[in-house]
Amino acid sequence: MPTDTLPNPEKNPARSTGELIRLEQVTKRFGSNTVLDHLDFSVDAGKHVTLIGPSGSGKTTILRLLMTLLKPDEGTITVDGQKLFPASDKEVREVRKKIGMVFQQFNLFPNMSVLRNITEAPVTVLGMSKDEAVERAKGLLEMVGLSDKCDAHPAQLSGGQQQRVAIARALAMRPQVLLLDEVTSALDPELVAGVLDVLRDIARSTDITMLCVTHEMNFARDISDQVLMFDSGRVIESGPPEKIFSEPEQDRTREFLSAVL
Amino acid sequence: MNWDWSAVSDFMPDFWKGLLVTLQILVIGSLISFALGLVWALLMRLPTRWVTWPVGVVTEFVRNTPLLVQLFFLYYVLPEWGLTFSALATGVFAIGLHYSTYTMQVYRAGIEAVPVGQWEAATALNLPLRRTWSAVILPQAVRRVVPALGNYVIAMLKDTPMLMAISVLEMLGHARLFSQEHFQFTEPLTVIGVAFIVISYLASLLLRALERRLAH
Repeated sequence: MPTDTLPNPEKNPARSTGELIRLEQVTKRFGSNTVLDHLDFSVDAGKHVTLIGPSGSGKTTILRLLMTLLKPDEGTITVDGQKLFPASDKEVREVRKKIGMVFQQFNLFPNMSVLRNITEAPVTVLGMSKDEAVERAKGLLEMVGLSDKCDAHPAQLSGGQQQRVAIARALAMRPQVLLLDEVTSALDPELVAGVLDVLRDIARSTDITMLCVTHEMNFARDISDQVLMFDSGRVIESGPPEKIFSEPEQDRTREFLSAVL
Repeated sequence: MNWDWSAVSDFMPDFWKGLLVTLQILVIGSLISFALGLVWALLMRLPTRWVTWPVGVVTEFVRNTPLLVQLFFLYYVLPEWGLTFSALATGVFAIGLHYSTYTMQVYRAGIEAVPVGQWEAATALNLPLRRTWSAVILPQAVRRVVPALGNYVIAMLKDTPMLMAISVLEMLGHARLFSQEHFQFTEPLTVIGVAFIVISYLASLLLRALERRLAH
């Protein structure tokens, strides 16, 4: 893997340490349904945090709030010391550069080649030269094991391959934070391992902060520094994975884990 | 009924002139309707009612009044306001405008059919709104709507004889003139009937080729 394809501390001296993401008293409602209820929550730079819990408990909503795909009804969201909510459009665009997201349904652009999916945003948003963007994209494709697919279109790839391209596309923007929203849920079982291996690799070899919503508990156990158990829009238990998975304190956590493991 | 081949050959010089005019109306009219329809569809998505309301009223009005009325209106009323164009230019614009109010609905459906995940991915990559439209949404929307746009091209072809009403001599106009001068109706009308079928067949082949080209 080329060393300059991914952010690392030497090349990014401004990269922050300490607290990177902070949600304060964040409430999100959909109609009369309160999905997040005055949530306080923070993540330190470089940490890998996994959100677990039953569906509808608000895990995905947190990722979507951070990606500014949703706006909270109340509260404040701060990323790397800059306001993400409330904030002006210009401020939001600035902060959003620090965040990348990989979606459950991949969401690659079907009208573009694999290579252009990855180079489009670095060129148009970061102002990178085309040559540099292509070179970096090729490095990223090599990392996710798809060097031979540069000119393919998404429709010609399997779900697992598409998701690996989507990971490369997110990393091409050099985000400080990578949001992973159930990235293996839409995949056929035999394709899950390839995607998770790529993510393990990234977790090991970079300092990207990862926020991960997943039902893959083994994966969560492997990569997480911290696991948060959600229920009804609140964090009911948090701690290192060894503790949450082996000796959960809450009955609700025990019930959930015995249902999914 | 007697079929007279010499009447066919006598009609041919007029036929070629008429064909040229019909094709001009069809090609330029289609381009106007494709472009203007996209403009309407995009304007209707703006968040301000100061734009969507007038655009909505005008396009509803144009869509729900007869093309023939619009032709007469543009041909006879515009000169009174000091705007004088040739009959052909007026007719081409009128038919393009009329059909743009249909193509705008085709575009709207195409834009709405692009999955919301595409917008979300564009947001996640911080693409500017303009770039999201031009590089992500429109290429996918347009590809979806080419078959529907093609149907309107065929419909427009069949409306081109209406321009006769404002003295544009396209195929039917020439056939009618020829018939009245020579008292031979069967041959010229048959010739242009066949021409209409051939043009619509070629147009559909062209559009299908375009569809294949845009497929990804």
